[in-house]
Amino acid sequence: MIFNEEYETMPREALEALQLKRLQKQIARVYATVPYYAGKMDKAGVKPEDITCLADIHRLPFTTKEDLRKNYPFGLFTVPMEEVVRIHASSGTTGQPTVVGYTKKDIRMWAELMARCLSAAGAHTKDTIHNAYGYGLFTGGLGAHYGAEELGATVVPISGGNTKRQIMLLRDFKSTILLCTPSYALNLAEAMTDMGIDPKDLALRVGVFGAEPWSENMRTEIERNLGIKAIDIYGLSEIMGPGVAVECTEEQKGLHVMEDHFLPEIVHPDTFEPLPLGEKGELVFTTLTKEAFPVIRYRTKDFSRIITTPCSCGRSFYRMEKVTGRSDDMMIIRGVNVFPSQIEHVLMAIEGVEPHYLIIVDRKGNLDSLEVQVEVSEAIFSDEIKELEKLTRRIQTEIKDLLGVSCKVTLVEPKSIQRSEGKAQRVIDKRQI
Amino acid sequence: MKVEQIAIFLENKSGRMADITAILARNGINIRAMSLADTADFGILRLIVNDTEKARKVLKESGFTVGTTEVLVAEVEDKPGGLAYVLQVIKDGALNIEYMYAFTQKSGGTGLIIFRFDELDRAITLLTEADIRLLSGDEVYAI
Repeated sequence: MIFNEEYETMPREALEALQLKRLQKQIARVYATVPYYAGKMDKAGVKPEDITCLADIHRLPFTTKEDLRKNYPFGLFTVPMEEVVRIHASSGTTGQPTVVGYTKKDIRMWAELMARCLSAAGAHTKDTIHNAYGYGLFTGGLGAHYGAEELGATVVPISGGNTKRQIMLLRDFKSTILLCTPSYALNLAEAMTDMGIDPKDLALRVGVFGAEPWSENMRTEIERNLGIKAIDIYGLSEIMGPGVAVECTEEQKGLHVMEDHFLPEIVHPDTFEPLPLGEKGELVFTTLTKEAFPVIRYRTKDFSRIITTPCSCGRSFYRMEKVTGRSDDMMIIRGVNVFPSQIEHVLMAIEGVEPHYLIIVDRKGNLDSLEVQVEVSEAIFSDEIKELEKLTRRIQTEIKDLLGVSCKVTLVEPKSIQRSEGKAQRVIDKRQI
Repeated sequence: MKVEQIAIFLENKSGRMADITAILARNGINIRAMSLADTADFGILRLIVNDTEKARKVLKESGFTVGTTEVLVAEVEDKPGGLAYVLQVIKDGALNIEYMYAFTQKSGGTGLIIFRFDELDRAITLLTEADIRLLSGDEVYAI
């Protein structure tokens, strides 16, 4: 079902006219209210009135995570704090979080877009939605929650963790829709089997999975193991949170971008030149309607391409291909964004630890595992086991405190981590996704 | 009374012990006593050798992480109750043993126990007062 027929099926011409009108208004407002953006635009020699067609967006400067970092925490907000009703945050590259804000209207818009996504996945008012995305600063839990309520379904705000209880409630509440990361979905399936529960005996019909990259193979596995239809949803907190784009249940092929609120572009990952529609490159988004925290040409570092072929579901929104890779070194581990630099930051703060480390990411069973190998220098070596174990525990705790992800710390002999000429290889990702 | 011991960090992978002993052999270093402490992921090899400085140098040159620690070597009568007596003295003195290991002399009726204490000086006083003989470094290196 299409939640908002008027917008979601709007003819392209009318949609593009709407996009231009909203873009012009947005740029003018951002220019007038955020000195940082105004400064960047002045430097690029572009004024709000220069935006006369959608293609003029290419004249505007990009926004990157670095810009967000420089303006931590609220420097890029366009409204006074009294109009901001909610804050979310995700981890940044150096331990400093990326902070985003929402006005009342933003929250309502987000709820609608998320409701559209659930609807595209086949959900309706009679559904019971088991929302296992984390509630808190992470946008996943609350974002999906408001969407489920907006749709009028029954939402179970279970959040993450406590797998056994999740399964018990999935069964007892006869939940029909599952929201979580794709890796957690597989984990649930496995845990059910261990508990002697056949996933096919549950009422589950559809899963809406996101917050981490996943492959078609993983989709097949989830659909087979849980006996459901698996739908991909895309979003990032800098743009809004979950609900920026979603697959439709009719095709499950490419994610419809909510184009009345977000303007997607694909740029060359090295030159940043705009690429023609259909070519693969880095995905860039401009928010057209967001009030508290709009972003202009935000470089997501996600790789995708835009599919312009009309879709059998009837939506006129272009689709973005499932994201399969990134142009930076960010890893997504159990749904959490992790940069190698954050781990380095923790290690370097511990006296005697040398800057030789290796991060190994793997997927054991259905869960991502993170291992950090650290070379043992004389400064941190001890002839007592307990001292070395104390050190590994300390590193583990500090990484967990900073990133919210548990890891295994392995001490290795000096020089056993390969030294590279040029760019050091800090990460080995063994996951097959 | 204090005896120098070297400790070497070892990853838990095959062949590392052989590598170390080969390096020592090449350099004419004789091992007097040894113990290996291990966990699932790594081990610590502790050695008393006839030439601590040289052993440390050649192992470091081969890329090992090497530390030096001072331990005590106590002579224990080689008969039932010999070790029990020493441990009772340590217990009564409320000394904490970080770790210990044993080796025997080539001849004679005594065993040798190597102790690692945090309170080294207090341990020396306590053991000496209880008439437990502590070997000097030179005695141990020359065994």
